[in-house]
Amino acid sequence: MSALADVAVSLRGVSKRYAGRAGRAVDALSSIDLDVRAGEFVSLIGPSGCGKSTLLRVIGDLIAPTDGEILVNGKPAHQARLDRDYGIVFQDPVLYDWRTVGRNIALPLEMLRWDRSTRAARVQEMLELVELTGFEDHHPWQLSGGMQQRVSIARALSLSPALLLMDEPFGALDEMTRERLNIELLRIWERSGSTVVFVTHSITEAVFLSTRVVVMSSRPGRVAAVVDIDLPQPREAETRVAPRFFELVTLVRGRLRGAGAELDVGEAAREEALMLAEEER
Amino acid sequence: MSAIIEPVPPGMFRRAGRRASDWIPAAVVLVGGVALWQILVDALNIQKFILPTPTEIITALRQNWNTLRVRGVATFEVALGGFAIGVGLGMLVALCLARWRRLGRAVLPYAIAANAIPIIAFAPIFNNWFGLLNPVSKMAIASVICFFPVMINSLRGLTSVHPSSIELMRSYAAGEAATFRRVRIPNSLPYVFSGLKVATVLAMIGAVVSQYFGGSRTTSLGLFIKENTAEARFAQAWAAIVVASVLGVGLYLTVALIERFALRWHPSVRGRQER
Repeated sequence: MSALADVAVSLRGVSKRYAGRAGRAVDALSSIDLDVRAGEFVSLIGPSGCGKSTLLRVIGDLIAPTDGEILVNGKPAHQARLDRDYGIVFQDPVLYDWRTVGRNIALPLEMLRWDRSTRAARVQEMLELVELTGFEDHHPWQLSGGMQQRVSIARALSLSPALLLMDEPFGALDEMTRERLNIELLRIWERSGSTVVFVTHSITEAVFLSTRVVVMSSRPGRVAAVVDIDLPQPREAETRVAPRFFELVTLVRGRLRGAGAELDVGEAAREEALMLAEEER
Repeated sequence: MSAIIEPVPPGMFRRAGRRASDWIPAAVVLVGGVALWQILVDALNIQKFILPTPTEIITALRQNWNTLRVRGVATFEVALGGFAIGVGLGMLVALCLARWRRLGRAVLPYAIAANAIPIIAFAPIFNNWFGLLNPVSKMAIASVICFFPVMINSLRGLTSVHPSSIELMRSYAAGEAATFRRVRIPNSLPYVFSGLKVATVLAMIGAVVSQYFGGSRTTSLGLFIKENTAEARFAQAWAAIVVASVLGVGLYLTVALIERFALRWHPSVRGRQER
């Protein structure tokens, strides 16, 4: 029982098959087995179309799997969703223009009928956490992309979920903002103590953030390798220039190649691989 | 969270000032246009029955003021009633079609096809259904004309929601009602209002044109125009057109004003430059 309590997400034989055009079914996920321990930061990385976003949505019970068993906090994913056991952050911040920043963060609290003063207190706490104090009366479109994404993270954390699901949350941001938010996210992760499942197509981002990197291969999407990231905590800007960081990046890239991802890796990832190869030489 | 008392956003007065200066060119065009009209009709000696001068129209407006006022109000009531019925039904149908998408997919092609029907052609038939002297026959035309743009725009607004928005609501275990209330309906408002603004214009057209097909003389701006043109009193007809236009513009501006208030959060209303 205690072992079960330590597992935040447990996937057994999870498959997802989409009915494709002209009767040709597409296997998005093929018998995935994966355990995420409570408090871990796990990244899912792989080429476009490897099913990493699908896997994240299956964990969140936003997509039903064709086959397999998913436990979140020891209960079926569907029940976990009904219990609001996780918060989710998408690549697009998905903030509502008709709500101010404060009321966007308060949305999940309103839906659980928290009273006004408790809500206001939590919103302040969240704004502080993502360093946006004083912005609660602004509208989302008055903020930069990075700030909007921080609001989205604050909203996801406002119910203090044990699990945070993130689907390429920094994918649309520039490199500088992304690196700053990476460090900020790690700080939030440490303070909140929640488990994070993080989808990315950036090797460096995955290595920098994670305690474990799950490398996926495409068509059908399956787990090709799992790489433990033994970089010391807390990670800081200097971590990015540590020799061990480059070793792990190289290792993950090797696993991605081994997974047959070489030809399929997205444009951004390919550029990044080239850049890193330069640096290492 | 003070949702009611909002601080004055920076630049609000500057914006208001610029808006006033935006009006000046338009006002100049209006005054200049009317003046040019007056001068050209006099100078080129254009016949009265082709185009009366603005002063003649104003005189006709004064002389027939009581008739025009009564008939204008009655016609406006028809337009407003038709607008209310058409808009209400349009929104209701849009909500149903958005809620039950399968039904929507089955019905929508026909709704779009029906939108292409020249509805005013039904005026004699509606007169037959509801009675020639009954204002409901005219209201029905106005409401059917208003129905389609509101329904189609509302439906588009209710359904063109970012897929992640719906996923987010699902992650909160929100039901259909909550998703509509918190996401789909607010998201649809900019679309709904563009439909409403089109509908205000159509309501007035529907009311006046349907009156051309007969009805009670004492309440009809349309018949006033028809009868006066038949007897070559063109300045009178033009005066009635001015009344109808002012009422139509008034209805449009009222809706536009409500839109400004209802969508005060919308970037197009508040201006992106505040960023």
